[in-house]
Amino acid sequence: MPDPRFKILTSASTSGPGDAGRTGSWRVERPVIDMSRCIPAKTGKHACHLCWLLCPDNVVSKDIEPEIDLEYCKGCGICAEECPVQAIEMVPDADFIEGAERE
Amino acid sequence: MQKTNDQIIQIRWHGRGGQGAITAAKVVAEAAFRSGYGGAVMAPTFGTERRGAPVTTSLKISRSKIYDLSPITTPDIVVVLDHMILHEVDVTAGLKPGGWIIMNSPRPAEEHAFPGYRTAVANATRLGVEAGLRKGVVNTGIIGALERASGLVGIDRLAETIAAEFAGRNPEANALAARLVYDATLIYDNQTGGSPDA
Amino acid sequence: MSKAIIESGNVAAAMAVQLARAEVIAAYPITPQTPVTEKLSELITAGRMDAEYVAVESEHSAMAVCIGAASAGVRAFTATSSNGLLYMSEQLHWAAGARLPIVMCVVNRGIGAPWSVWNDHQDAISQRDAGWIQVFAKDHQEIIDMTLKAFRLAELVHIPVMVNYDGYYLSHTYMPFEPPDAARVDAFLPAYQYKHALSPERPESLNTVTLPDARLDVNGIKRGGYMDIRHNLHEEMGMAIEVWEEIDREFQGHFGRGGAPVLDPYRCDDADTVIVAMGTMANQFRVVVDRLRQDDGIRAGVLALQMYRPFPGSRIAEALQSARHVLVYEKGLSYGNQGALYADIKSALYPYPSRPQLHNFIVGLGGREIPTESLYQTTRAACTEDRMRPPAQSDAPQWIGLQL
Repeated sequence: MPDPRFKILTSASTSGPGDAGRTGSWRVERPVIDMSRCIPAKTGKHACHLCWLLCPDNVVSKDIEPEIDLEYCKGCGICAEECPVQAIEMVPDADFIEGAERE
Repeated sequence: MQKTNDQIIQIRWHGRGGQGAITAAKVVAEAAFRSGYGGAVMAPTFGTERRGAPVTTSLKISRSKIYDLSPITTPDIVVVLDHMILHEVDVTAGLKPGGWIIMNSPRPAEEHAFPGYRTAVANATRLGVEAGLRKGVVNTGIIGALERASGLVGIDRLAETIAAEFAGRNPEANALAARLVYDATLIYDNQTGGSPDA
Repeated sequence: MSKAIIESGNVAAAMAVQLARAEVIAAYPITPQTPVTEKLSELITAGRMDAEYVAVESEHSAMAVCIGAASAGVRAFTATSSNGLLYMSEQLHWAAGARLPIVMCVVNRGIGAPWSVWNDHQDAISQRDAGWIQVFAKDHQEIIDMTLKAFRLAELVHIPVMVNYDGYYLSHTYMPFEPPDAARVDAFLPAYQYKHALSPERPESLNTVTLPDARLDVNGIKRGGYMDIRHNLHEEMGMAIEVWEEIDREFQGHFGRGGAPVLDPYRCDDADTVIVAMGTMANQFRVVVDRLRQDDGIRAGVLALQMYRPFPGSRIAEALQSARHVLVYEKGLSYGNQGALYADIKSALYPYPSRPQLHNFIVGLGGREIPTESLYQTTRAACTEDRMRPPAQSDAPQWIGLQL
């Protein structure tokens, strides 16, 4: 057992949204879910949830209509890549800034 | 108080890679330690060894702990497991005046007369076979010649140590080889003598 | 010494690992370390040691396996030499930053190029800043005792420990030593328990990208940033010196051996000339010191440095306060500067009132023979030198035994 005088500070923490800081600020593109195609949303049953399982920052909820916590979503796009029905689209964040115009 | 270098008995072993000089030196170290020499340090040639090539092993024995682990340069005794090595290596290099040359050779002791030194010779190759060993096993036998010349620890303790070291590998024959060589060793003192006739 | 045996230094190291009940051994063979790994795999195969031997394809992987094992709360051991140590260098820094209590024996050997299998300390010295604790043994008894104490230290302070011993001079040399009693070792070294041990019940993120600034984690607990973690490694490494001394006292209580875990002085009490060295050379100097006192009337002593990192700077400086000459002999250097140990000692002395005259000698690189006679001659010459040399000249290392 470690000596109690030693703090033994390491980079060890519970995994979860925010474990790596406010990672939402890293984002360039955000995932947008088309609920008409998303399997749990469309069937009303807990099924698939691959985006929840594979998100490296645990920011996707395991709900019938999955929600993404944009405070921490860093926009990696893994959910969009893995979605078996291509229900998730990565959209430039700039499009959501008020007053921004898209050419 | 620390013992100085002069009180360390330094034995250099000359053999060929694979001949068992290291094991023989280890047996003598073990026996010496058991008989009250608190310092017994055995070091093979540092580096790489090839089977059949000449190799040396250093053995230092002292009544107290040995602190200097540097290789032996001025031995008191040299042990030669194979007399043919004399053509390849100067076994007397650094040997102290009056020092011992212990040799496995089929030739008589006086034919191995080194001016200023004492020689102890036995045919460990032949005696090893007589003891029941495979031909060419000489490392245990030569220990008998070393003991005969040096009187370091006593032949009984050496024979015991050999038997323990070779447990499961013909212990009795190996111990017997040392005893046979001990009895057969002939000594030629040439400390005051000149060069042997060519 | 009734229970003493005569064996090689590598076997002494392997016996320590067996007695310590290490559970994972991952190693790649390299001269002169090879017999350690051979002996351990032999013990495991024969069922005399309950451990997993992982045959890896490189030293980098060996340390990676030890990191994995230690992260899972398992006692891990490896051994290497020379270029093998350098090949695992990246993982050494990782193990230290992750605060994993791994123990490794380094059988010191010169570094290529040019290729060398012979002894010096350049391998260990090159890794002095990796965040590992580094200790140096002088004989087989110290190898076996120090390796056992190293497991205890590593697990108390959660910093990996490197036990160094000289290639060939110790690794392949046979001498008497007493293996500690197994039941007493169990009392001295309890099983390893790690609160961050990997567990599916308690998932954690370990050593992921750690931001420059401290932050609140998902549970609202403040988590140190990179610099805070590294600062604590440094601070706690310094504190480890005292823990090492406590462990030594405990070990002494169990086994009756010890008493000089950090510095091992020989005839230093009244010495005005003190030689500082690490490893077997420090013992070789005992003979030199005796001769200097007897033949030349020089009050000489030798201070063996047993622990190099953390550097016991204040202890050394205090030990050298009454010396007029301090001679640092070492088998490694910082190229383009001077001996690494010499520079460390010089810097440790700076804040102290007494600054003895310092001399630096580089010896024995790549196994160049170190005749005791040359240690005697160079020491005698240095401490009978009356005039002060110009500063730049006196600070430059003198190479002993060059054949140029």
